[in-house]
Amino acid sequence: METITQSIQLVPLNHYILLSAALFVIGVVGVITRRNAIIIFMSIELMLNAVNLLLTAFSAFRGDAAGQVFVFFIMAVAAAEVAVGLAIIVMIYRNTRSIDINVLNKLKW
Amino acid sequence: MIQSLFYFLSFLAVLSALLVITAKNPVYSVLYLILTFFAIAGHYVLLNAQFLAVVHIIVYAGAIMVLFLFTIMLLNLNKDAEPQKSNYLKFAGMLAGGLLLLVLVAGLKEVGTNTQVVLKDSSIGLVENLGMVLFKEFLLPFEVASILLLAAMVGAVLLATKDKEVKKA
Repeated sequence: METITQSIQLVPLNHYILLSAALFVIGVVGVITRRNAIIIFMSIELMLNAVNLLLTAFSAFRGDAAGQVFVFFIMAVAAAEVAVGLAIIVMIYRNTRSIDINVLNKLKW
Repeated sequence: MIQSLFYFLSFLAVLSALLVITAKNPVYSVLYLILTFFAIAGHYVLLNAQFLAVVHIIVYAGAIMVLFLFTIMLLNLNKDAEPQKSNYLKFAGMLAGGLLLLVLVAGLKEVGTNTQVVLKDSSIGLVENLGMVLFKEFLLPFEVASILLLAAMVGAVLLATKDKEVKKA
């Protein structure tokens, strides 16, 4: 364990920022370019995870445990969000026989 | 050695995240997403946040992904029959994403320029320390989170049950 805590000091904070930004942007592109509601949901999970990773990195960088507690709460919110969201997707599928988001254009102006 | 482990895990996370959004079959997307989650859990271990790593694996790979897989299987969506967006729209989406990445990286460039991640207090990610913080400073949010989970549970059951009265009408 000592070796891990010493060697992680060699990774610059910039690289964590780059990694998280890349994961977040991949999630955004997934939301924009896909039409399957479940894959859009998974992209949202990717974005949440990118933010979690960055919060943990900054928490370690600042030596403050509050960031990791925040990540814990984000995980609880993500679990609740997935449960409700998948129930909504099941409901949509039952009513329209499809999970293509382009079917859901009733609110479109 | 462990520094190269960081870059390997980063590469794995980004690659499998790309595969998540490009895979045609939703089941493959879920499996690649599990791979991404394990890579991120590896990052948590490297940052000495063992509690978060374990919780991450239990909650994401254990609960959320099983929920996704069950939904896909129950709705019988494990075929690549998804209607695609036009290539024009896909290109526009990727361009927008690339520009967002550019803005994020440029905006955060000066934040920690080459400062190394020094674990000042390497015990902050352990269960003992995190539990003390969680139950002392963050007691109220912790209790509110339980109400949120209860509401989500009731809501999910309510939404997923078939509404019989609507069907009769």
